[in-house]
Amino acid sequence: MTSATEGTSAAKAATVRAPALALDRVTCIFASRERPGDRYTAVRDTTLSVEEGEFVSVVGPTGCGKSTLLNVAAGLLTPSAGGVRIQGEPLTGINRKAGYMFQAESLMPWRNALQNVLAGLEFAGVDVDQAGQRAHAWLSRVGLAGFEERYPHQLSGGMRKRVALAQMLILDPKILLMDEPFAALDVQTRQLMENELLELWSGDRKSVLFITHDLEEAIALSDRVIVLSAGPETHPIGEFVIDLPRPRDVNEIRMTPRFVEIHSDMWHAMKDEVLKGYAQSRKQ
Amino acid sequence: MRKAANNRRGSGETSERPAGAIPALLPAGTGPAGAPGNDARARRPGVRVSRPRLALYHALLLGGLFGFWYLMTEPGLIPPFYFDDPTRAKFFFGQPLEVLKRIWIWFSSGSIYVHLGVTLIETVLAFVIGTVLGLLFGLWLALSPTASTLADPYIKAMNAMPRVILAPIFAVWFGLGITSKVVFGVTLVFFIVFFNVYQGVKEVSPVVLANARMLGASGKQLLRHVYLPSATSWVFSSLHTSIGLAFVGAVVGEYLGSAKGVGYLIHQAEGVFDIDTVFAGILVLTIFALILDFAVTRIENRLLVWRPGTAETESL
Ligand SMILES: Nc1ncnc2c1ncn2[C@@H]1O[C@H](COP(=O)(O)OP(=O)(O)O)[C@@H](O)[C@H]1O
Ligand SMILES: [Mg+2]
Repeated sequence: MTSATEGTSAAKAATVRAPALALDRVTCIFASRERPGDRYTAVRDTTLSVEEGEFVSVVGPTGCGKSTLLNVAAGLLTPSAGGVRIQGEPLTGINRKAGYMFQAESLMPWRNALQNVLAGLEFAGVDVDQAGQRAHAWLSRVGLAGFEERYPHQLSGGMRKRVALAQMLILDPKILLMDEPFAALDVQTRQLMENELLELWSGDRKSVLFITHDLEEAIALSDRVIVLSAGPETHPIGEFVIDLPRPRDVNEIRMTPRFVEIHSDMWHAMKDEVLKGYAQSRKQ
Repeated sequence: MRKAANNRRGSGETSERPAGAIPALLPAGTGPAGAPGNDARARRPGVRVSRPRLALYHALLLGGLFGFWYLMTEPGLIPPFYFDDPTRAKFFFGQPLEVLKRIWIWFSSGSIYVHLGVTLIETVLAFVIGTVLGLLFGLWLALSPTASTLADPYIKAMNAMPRVILAPIFAVWFGLGITSKVVFGVTLVFFIVFFNVYQGVKEVSPVVLANARMLGASGKQLLRHVYLPSATSWVFSSLHTSIGLAFVGAVVGEYLGSAKGVGYLIHQAEGVFDIDTVFAGILVLTIFALILDFAVTRIENRLLVWRPGTAETESL
């Protein structure tokens, strides 16, 4: 009797605590472009999850398969094996609960900043005036009031990233997928954007899967950092819980002893893999 | 077709929170973006002549050309050195004053307008119909792999065929009126637009496309909001070529058989060895083509404001 009650409550707890996003033994094999017969296993047997409201970063050397994993999570790429679960539900097609911030330029160059931000609402059939007002508000929130009429090519790299951020957040997605969003920015702009991201995130604590090749960025932002091996056959080789207090200032937190400690722990864990990846890139 | 690199410069761009910044002070235009380049608008490097001066030089050059023409063809002005007869040069090359007089008579009597009107209508119709057909087919084939593999050899063959030989056939099929010229012009314009749209759709940035899908765009919305704008920019980059070809189609069609149009006027004059009128017709056509081209540039600049041109900084 008691055990039965315990069983149901445990089951209930399990359903309630289903991770916001879970990759289950994902394997991605690509056909090689140069030699069509060859196959390239970019990612192998990767299992990772993001809990509700958790900020998780994935770190790995360039070319190891980080973007590939994120595309799988977004539903843009079907894995060769394995699957994705969104709040416990298997994912088919595009992940409608997720917003995606791409590594490369993703704004529509023929739309100005305002039109880019309201694109998602327009696709959803929201009334034009209302969509315009909300887009205005979001542009101000990312510090771009007065730049509504600018086309992407008339904005700096940092501004374009802000527009992309507003474009994603206006749809209020439950899960944020971010692929090295600030990698192309200079250090000052990047830290500014990181702080802004943390501030926006602290408002409603979305579940975030954040990709980066920068270990410091990962530690400064995240609750948990997953380290990937160098490719091919990339898979997680380590997982670190970051117990730094919040709210954080990404610039200040880098000076704290705990940060330095975590950083050196992780660096030692990763060193061999980084050297391996470096050796491989030298070979090619 | 040339295409600017898709990835923009990343590092080195400082962009602080631009609160209250004066827009005019911020440098606009940051390098290449994913759109067809347009060098026509860029000022040629190394040209250091002010605008009024340039206009003056252009005028002098034109005056010089006409002066040379006059000098060489006016009988008795200089002793003949190639032809035996002093009036021969005039017979073969016409005379600038006579040519200008023809043009003056055409416009003052108004007799040219009906011909110009016909040529204009043919050009515009061929241009519009060819562009719309090219756009539709380009979109369709680019988005449907089966249709494109099926149509590929035929498209290539039809494009490789010297289509000028079709003009007399169209005259037989569609008569000597406007239709045969329009159809001929359409065959010239269609392929230019078709290939550009096809290319444009194929080269839509996969990231922009994936982003639109993540933002919830349906298949139809992708077509309308991503493929079409992208293809349109490629259509515009071919606009000067296609309006020129529409014009060529109209004039060649008229020349080969018609009862109206500037091409017809030229053909008539040639029949009676009236070289002055032939040159007058050519001159009118040239000016007409320049005006069309100017109009296209205006439309292009209005519709493609989003396209990165040269960096536009305003001087204070
Ligand atoms: N569509 C594809 N076809 C073939 N190989 C691919 C494809 N996409 C990615 N790859 C390969 O998979 C590996 C991982 O790529 P990616 O996920 O973009 O790396 P990262 O984002 O970590 O830099 C790379 O070696 C890349 O060449
Ligand atoms: Mg990547």
